[in-house]
Amino acid sequence: MSLSLSVLLAIALSATAFLMAPRRALNLVSGDRRQLASLPKQFGLSAGLTVFLPAMLIALVGGLGGFSTTILPYIVIAVAVVALVVSVWQSRPDFIARNRAESLITLVLIAASGVAILTTVGIVMSMLFETTNFFQDYNWKDFFFSTEWSPNFRGDSALGILPLLWGTLYISFIALLFAVPIGLFAAIYLSEYAGPRLRSFAKPAIEILAGIPTIVYGLFALVTVGPFLRDYFATPMGFGQSASSVLTAGLVMGVMLIPFVSSLSDDIFNAVPQTLRDGSLGLGATNSETIRQVVVPAALPGIVGAVLLAASRAIGETMIVVLGAGAAARLSLNPFEAMTTVTVKIVSQLTGDTDFASPETLVAFALGLTLFVITLGLNVFALYIVRKYREQYE
Amino acid sequence: MSYPSNSLLRVDDRIRKRNAAETRFKAYGITAIVIAVLALAVLLTSVLGSGLSAFRQTYLTVNVQLPEAKLDKSGVRDPAVMRKVTTIGYASLLRDGLLDTMQDAGITTQMSKKDVAKLISKEAPATVRNHVLANPEVIGTTMTFDLLAQGRIDGFFKGRVTLESAALDGNTSPEALMLAQELKEAGLLETRLNWDFLIAPDASDQRPEAAGLGVAILGSLYMMLVVLVLALPIGVASSIYLEEFAPKNRWTDLIEVNISNLAAVPSIVYGILGLAIFINFMELNQSSPLVGGLVLTLMTLPTIIISTRASLKSVPPSIRDAALGVGASKMQAVFHHVLPLAAPGILTGTIIGLAQALGETAPLLLIGMVAFVREYPAAFSPDAGLFGEASTALPVQIYNWTQRADPGFVERASGAIITLLVFLFIMNIIAIMLRRKFERRW
Amino acid sequence: MLDHNRMDLEMHTQTKVKISAKDVQVHYGDTHAIKDVNVEIEDNAVTAFIGPSGCGKSTFLRCINRMNDTIDICRVQGDIRIDNEDIYDRRVDPVQLRAKVGMVFQKPNPFPKSIYDNVAYGPRIHGLANNKSEMDQIVERALRRGAIWDEVKDRLHAPGTGLSGGQQQRLCIARAVATEPQVLLMDEPCSALDPIATAQVEELISDLSKNYCVVIVTHSMQQAARVSQKTAFFHLGHLVEYGDTDKIFTNPEDPRTESYISGRIG
Repeated sequence: MSLSLSVLLAIALSATAFLMAPRRALNLVSGDRRQLASLPKQFGLSAGLTVFLPAMLIALVGGLGGFSTTILPYIVIAVAVVALVVSVWQSRPDFIARNRAESLITLVLIAASGVAILTTVGIVMSMLFETTNFFQDYNWKDFFFSTEWSPNFRGDSALGILPLLWGTLYISFIALLFAVPIGLFAAIYLSEYAGPRLRSFAKPAIEILAGIPTIVYGLFALVTVGPFLRDYFATPMGFGQSASSVLTAGLVMGVMLIPFVSSLSDDIFNAVPQTLRDGSLGLGATNSETIRQVVVPAALPGIVGAVLLAASRAIGETMIVVLGAGAAARLSLNPFEAMTTVTVKIVSQLTGDTDFASPETLVAFALGLTLFVITLGLNVFALYIVRKYREQYE
Repeated sequence: MSYPSNSLLRVDDRIRKRNAAETRFKAYGITAIVIAVLALAVLLTSVLGSGLSAFRQTYLTVNVQLPEAKLDKSGVRDPAVMRKVTTIGYASLLRDGLLDTMQDAGITTQMSKKDVAKLISKEAPATVRNHVLANPEVIGTTMTFDLLAQGRIDGFFKGRVTLESAALDGNTSPEALMLAQELKEAGLLETRLNWDFLIAPDASDQRPEAAGLGVAILGSLYMMLVVLVLALPIGVASSIYLEEFAPKNRWTDLIEVNISNLAAVPSIVYGILGLAIFINFMELNQSSPLVGGLVLTLMTLPTIIISTRASLKSVPPSIRDAALGVGASKMQAVFHHVLPLAAPGILTGTIIGLAQALGETAPLLLIGMVAFVREYPAAFSPDAGLFGEASTALPVQIYNWTQRADPGFVERASGAIITLLVFLFIMNIIAIMLRRKFERRW
Repeated sequence: MLDHNRMDLEMHTQTKVKISAKDVQVHYGDTHAIKDVNVEIEDNAVTAFIGPSGCGKSTFLRCINRMNDTIDICRVQGDIRIDNEDIYDRRVDPVQLRAKVGMVFQKPNPFPKSIYDNVAYGPRIHGLANNKSEMDQIVERALRRGAIWDEVKDRLHAPGTGLSGGQQQRLCIARAVATEPQVLLMDEPCSALDPIATAQVEELISDLSKNYCVVIVTHSMQQAARVSQKTAFFHLGHLVEYGDTDKIFTNPEDPRTESYISGRIG
């Protein structure tokens, strides 16, 4: 018997319990439902869950834990049958079924909120495990401090993260350089100046940018922005011949980040109390003086948080750099040159034919863990700042 | 005109300077908005410009003889025997058919027969073969087929290929394009609407003209089903717990911080998780919509939880008090009163989360969805289980096509983006309509 | 132009009218908030606007320095003049107007800056000081006028938000005074303060009326009676009665005023 069949059977058994328990309770009081301690429905719910939950738990834990697949289905069925008998036997008129049903439902709810924790644990464990494997084959000092990245399959790969980090940070920097002023000014103009007509048009337009998948931005970089920058800037100015470049990826990523920055800072500006604006305007300050000297300084911590969140987004962005930045690991200052990032290399090391014993594949997990730690640090810090900022004005 | 020094109408240098600064500041704001809107416009026009033509395709109308001697040596329509004739056998039939059709129309050419045959897509013989195998009765007749023209010919009529570029191109020649032009004037060649793009499976590197989105759309649909079935109940259950039942302590604080962080974890990290846990550890099938759906579920969960909690929070406490006041348990108050009132908000959040998941690419690359798949995946098969057959997905198909050498695939990728954006647009419109319809002010 | 000057002269010789309003109407979207208000407010005196909540007294106050311009849906019609100049003239810059007509708000709203910077903010944007020592003098003078100098002189660079509520409100008054306005508008300046702080601010208001035309909106009739020389009673957007404070409180003409004063409406 297969596990899925036993799970189906267990579901059928719990349905039986759901139907039988209220019937038995009602029979015991000869159909007078007023004498029951709970509604008949609650009897059904309580019995059904009593059968269903333990069986599912065993199936799930046993299945994931690699428990013997020949015995496990029978255990699941056995548990369900026992629970069926017990729960129906328990269904007497004075049994407060509602309490049982509700505590079981609470358990389900708690389990559901545990999924988020499990996800984090899963992320960390999966990467930690393979990363330790990687560092057994490859010196961690070389990984973190070497400036050379040249994997090959002869077994003498150089897998230094520095050129990848450099590309990542360089591209993110350009993206932020583009997105932060534009996003901030757009948010300021829309919230402090724009009339309802402009707002009703520009706000959705900027929000559309946020809803466009990154693969679309990637193709935009590859097909439009890259060749444009190459033909009109890089080649005439003698900076290089490459369509994929730091600037291409940075600019397109900047466009992607505009709505992110502007909607976050919009929220933050709205949190600045109107009384502060009134105070400044009442002293005869112009709108721009009020914004620059009162609103922005008051909102500064929030803005810093928003920029950090945007930075974390930029660092973790994958498709735009895969299609726009290039694949060559390089430590260079020329923004028209192709460079590569941590995320690009994770993709390239883990797609295609991969051999999970070689350091060339395992390095992707070390890269992933590094990426995770960096972005996690940025996120925690940024969310902390933003939270503190909000509390200040609440 | 001069005014007394304390007049309101007096404008001095300082005021002039301050007003200029105000104007400048406003100009920065407008510039920022213009740049953002312009970026959107350029992005959309560049995608629409190169992608709309993917929904049109060039076809050759060719009369093809289907001689029994070649296609069915058994003479009794035995499928096993008919299958022995490969696409190469059909290709020569098509070539002859095209030459005959040209002769009938009075079109002559200096090109060799082999080069003329190149006008027909390499995909066409397989199409004809499938048609014949499915309808054996057509053997022995002459049928008129609308055959896909080769990608370069198609590109010529869409402006992608010119006579100059063809001269440098090994896959076509100016003469071939001229011939195609003549065929068009004779009514034997036509560029028309092509719904096959949405239905057909992917095609190999040499045949952009035949590549379609069928498998990718199906795969994306399966994944969205998985995400919906898993993420919605789990998300709602965990939000209800956190918002309505959880005691405020360290543990729930940790869960909260954890959820807001998960929402900001780079998506590729979820791909690594999927690869390590679902494929390497749990040994689920690579490239399967099940794994893709699971990964996207974990990714979407924080979004759904955050929006669900916001809509639960917006239900005023007086509703809960009213239910508790008539003797409902807390659980009943939540399930009978709070949840129905929060439902529109939850649905809106879920649709937006689904839309996000639909466009996500990076994690799917890592779990093997980038593979070349031509078979439509079944929702259930005894071997692979539920949603276990290899598949691809819309955004991954786009990525896949950008990696191909033939420039025809850029058009395909852009066309696929249009399809993807249309889906996203529809989902967002539904979300907006839901919000409008059920929006409540307390 | 000549006309203007002659009128100006006449005004100065007869009364000391600082602000005059004629047929003022204010609409918030579809709501008619102020209806046909006519009033003449004297210089170097405290004028109190009283009335039940929502009667339009704050709205009218905000018309005098055009703070209502910052609200999109608000429309002001009619004629408001300060020193006989129409403040709603197209050529008038509201920014300049507000430098001349300072405002103190209901809730103390110090900027999240130091005490010094709070006071120096106005003079800085209007360019009133040529150097640091002049600015120091302006700040000190303003803080003295705000009757808060002694309390803060040792911690001028501490944040203004760290002061107590009453101190914050006096800081805001000092901040308003620092730009050398001619009119001071106060929108329920004591409503967020405890009785002791209220007494200090009221004393300050009486002091200020020696140099400024002060207009105060208040909820408290006792406060109006204590600090003002003139009182205007607003009801449902109308200016019901305007006159000497003593007269309004002892012998009002309009029955509505009497009902309000005796506590029957409001």
